[in-house]
Amino acid sequence: MAYSAKVMDHFENPRNLGKMENADGVGEVGNAKCGDIMKIYLKIEDGIIADVKFNTFGCASAIATSSMATEMIKGQKVEDALKLSNKAVVEALDGLPPAKIHCSVLAEQAVKAALADYYTKNGIELDPEIFGGSCGGHCDSCESCGIEG
Amino acid sequence: MKTVYADNAATTALCDEALEVMVECLRDNYGNASSMHHSGQAAAEVVAQAREDIAKCIGADANEIYFTSGGTESDNWAITNAARLGAKKGKKHIISTTFEHHAVLHTLMKLEKEGFEVTYLDVHEDGYVRVDELEKAIKEETCLVTIMYANNEIGTVQPVEEIGRICKEKGIYFHTDAVQAVGHLPIDVKAQNIDMLSFSAHKFHGPKGIGALYCRKGLPLIGFMQGGAQERNKRPGTTNTPAIAATAAALKKSCAEMDKNIHYVSAMRDRLIDEIVKIIPRTRVNGGRSPRLPGNVSFCFEGIEGESLLLYLDLKGICGSSGSACTSGSLDPSHVLLALGLPHEIAHGSLRLSLSEYNTNDEIDYIIEQLPLVVARLRDMSPVWEKLMKGEN
Ligand SMILES: Cc1ncc(COP(=O)(O)O)c(C=O)c1O
Ligand code: FES
Repeated sequence: MAYSAKVMDHFENPRNLGKMENADGVGEVGNAKCGDIMKIYLKIEDGIIADVKFNTFGCASAIATSSMATEMIKGQKVEDALKLSNKAVVEALDGLPPAKIHCSVLAEQAVKAALADYYTKNGIELDPEIFGGSCGGHCDSCESCGIEG
Repeated sequence: MKTVYADNAATTALCDEALEVMVECLRDNYGNASSMHHSGQAAAEVVAQAREDIAKCIGADANEIYFTSGGTESDNWAITNAARLGAKKGKKHIISTTFEHHAVLHTLMKLEKEGFEVTYLDVHEDGYVRVDELEKAIKEETCLVTIMYANNEIGTVQPVEEIGRICKEKGIYFHTDAVQAVGHLPIDVKAQNIDMLSFSAHKFHGPKGIGALYCRKGLPLIGFMQGGAQERNKRPGTTNTPAIAATAAALKKSCAEMDKNIHYVSAMRDRLIDEIVKIIPRTRVNGGRSPRLPGNVSFCFEGIEGESLLLYLDLKGICGSSGSACTSGSLDPSHVLLALGLPHEIAHGSLRLSLSEYNTNDEIDYIIEQLPLVVARLRDMSPVWEKLMKGEN
């Protein structure tokens, strides 16, 4: 199993790594039992993601997908960030090994969870069309994984 | 960047002695050891000498050594053979452990599908089988006990001699997967009452893809492939002269220098374990400290995941391995760590560093310097560690 140069770059030099005080939205997904947990913090100003930070427990691809996902949503409108798909993250990283696709699913879910938290904090109802989704079980690991997917 | 190779349990560097005789055989002594002419006979002589040298290293006779493609084949062969012999007498019960190598476990699973019953002995949290539990597990129908000599992930050395004595008393075949032990620990198959023993050359600075099965004289051994009459009609295929000669060269050297190596390597092992446990909080050492393979160091660091640890170490030039789920491509961490009763979330943070006499104390210093930095970096970005520190777990 080999990672792409992009994955290795984001693993070695993660973008937006860290925690955030007084975040407008925080999302944490995953489960230590499965080996991956991602936590994303958002600072939102005028409907735009002004800043984003992440913390991740997991393999190299978990770190790289979190890093890439945060980079992709930074500076975006909240509505656009909601459209971030795990597929787009995988493509931006020049691919992931099949067994690691679930990490990108986790990254997508972490972004959504942080945005859901932001909406809830601001009294906005969550659209089940957007927030009910999951990875659709298309990753190899999903079957044996207790968490969504 | 320099390489610090600390993954000797996965495989080792070829020693010069093995390389030289291998090249010599490939280039000059290329005859087929089964041929009648002088070229073939020269090769046959090399093989005969190698067989003798290897046998001597483990206290066996030359005609008890059967060359194979390595540990996996030897394990498959030994276990299947004993099972067939047992079945003939209506004995279809086998005793093993929960933390064997997959070459053993998957062979046993196959036999279970064929109607054999297998008892997997607990290895407890220290990674040792208990002899009294073995005795209790033995039944009238037990035909085979297969217990590894030393575990490849956590290095614990099993009470082989006692197991051998019990099996002999009860008339049960005893096989041991000694892939991690041969060339590293003194072995005497006769004194230890071992009926069958598997080993592999690439774990003691020999080449890959070659190993042997020792099978005690008088124990019927049935070949499992059809072909020529090599290996006394038991294991067909043109004799791999270069690899066999190199195996003998590497094993002779390992055995001649064993005392020195054990002393040197286990001192590095102990220093590495002691220092890391002192420097890095919430670190566990997997497996009991003694008896332990001279080169095996196995940790679990709470709050981090093994694959990222492994790859950050690799960026520093340090080669190790991990039993984390992510390195295996499944969601379950290694069965060995789970066999110790470790919870998944702890087992994910495992790191194995396996040393050999090729490592130096400077390299150990370098690992002691780098490993805490890498663990701290990963903990700093870990939400699991954050919770641990807040006392939420
Ligand atoms: C304990 C044990 N058994 C069996 C094997 C398999 O040996 P080989 O690689 O020669 O097939 C290994 C090594 O990978 C091992 O460590
Ligand atoms: S989300 Fe758990 S494996 Fe797909």
